[in-house]
Amino acid sequence: MTPEETVSAPNPIEQFELHRIFPLEISGIETSFTNASLYMLLAALGVVGLMVAATSRKSIVPGRMQALAEMLYEFVANMVRQTAGKEGMKFFPFVFSLFSFILIANLIGLVPYSYSVTSQIVVTFAFAALVITLVVAYGVYRNGFGFLRLFVPHGVPLPVLVVLVPIEIISFLSRPVSLSVRLFANILAGHITLAVFGGFVMMLLASGGWSLLAPVPLLAIVALYALELLVACLQAFVFSVLTCVYLNDAIHPGH
Amino acid sequence: MNLSIISTATAAEGAQETHLGVGAEAQAHHEGGFPPFQTENFAPQIVWLVVIFGVLYILMSRLALPRVGGILESRSEKIASDLEASRNMQSKAQAAALANNETIRLRREEAQTIGREAQQSTAAETLSQRSRAETEASEKIRAAEGRIADAKMRALANVEQIAIEAAGSIVEKLTGSKVDHDRLSAEFRNVKSS
Repeated sequence: MTPEETVSAPNPIEQFELHRIFPLEISGIETSFTNASLYMLLAALGVVGLMVAATSRKSIVPGRMQALAEMLYEFVANMVRQTAGKEGMKFFPFVFSLFSFILIANLIGLVPYSYSVTSQIVVTFAFAALVITLVVAYGVYRNGFGFLRLFVPHGVPLPVLVVLVPIEIISFLSRPVSLSVRLFANILAGHITLAVFGGFVMMLLASGGWSLLAPVPLLAIVALYALELLVACLQAFVFSVLTCVYLNDAIHPGH
Repeated sequence: MNLSIISTATAAEGAQETHLGVGAEAQAHHEGGFPPFQTENFAPQIVWLVVIFGVLYILMSRLALPRVGGILESRSEKIASDLEASRNMQSKAQAAALANNETIRLRREEAQTIGREAQQSTAAETLSQRSRAETEASEKIRAAEGRIADAKMRALANVEQIAIEAAGSIVEKLTGSKVDHDRLSAEFRNVKSS
């Protein structure tokens, strides 16, 4: 392989780069409108389009888009009700916004040449930090010091508690990390894999005789793409279910 | 697992850079290393995320979700009220059917009563007419029998008279003396009764 032949090989990391569309700075903080901001906006507009525009007619017999909006509503409502109970329904708008935003952002990110908002650790960590802050704030607001019962499993003998309480504390502290890294890493890894396989196709096509093998990684991309669609939906779901589980902890700390 | 993918990806990227000797522009892009870990990218993303997600949350909680919830509620209410109405209609229909059956039963009984009465009255009339006819007939028969008996008596009386006269004339012829009529009829009665 000579350097000239591999010039066209794509860079799988390039898709995660941030491009500043309107550079901007307010009181020392950079607030540039970037491609990430653009796709956040698109995801939010997608959710708003589905949930506000499609339901504007309020028909008793729904059209396609309204049926989709209702399905999403009931899906998230059932998830919150089953995981966090009746009391958890006060967080339903929050969980719904979270789920629909992450879902649409993940799906938009799968469109070729687009940008995946959730492939940025800072975005997923911001969400995770928001969730954990909400859980701690509501847990303390509702239970006071009783929230600390979260770290003391019910009905466990004292010697075991000595070991168990630190483990519970560590597991609680690792929640924002696991929550954010899970989403970030899944989306990132998927997009890198797709780009790497795309690069294989390009390299095989440029390598003369081996170009006959080019359809193999192409077919792999198709299969991977299906998997990534599943991952996009599943990770949005996992993120919201875990949010509900953590909110349930805040509502009922003594488990 | 995912981290290993990332590190191989970055390694591949690094290898590619050294291998190709990419230009200054590309190098400027990769100054901070792996894009998601470039700290100078954090602030603009967080700011816009907070703004956009905040607006989204407000729109969802104030506008969209109450509306969808309202649609679902009004639909379930409509379904419930429709079901209730149909249940009412059904029970009304059942009541009407029961009333109808009752009416039919009553009317049938009435019809049977009327039929029975008509039959009975016809039978009674027939019977009375028949008995009247029979009495009339038997009266006529009796009258006729009386007349026959009369005629017979008269005829018999005539025969007696004739026999007495015949006997008188026979005796007159035989004896030459006239026999008294009264004595002859008394003799006749003696013979007849013996």
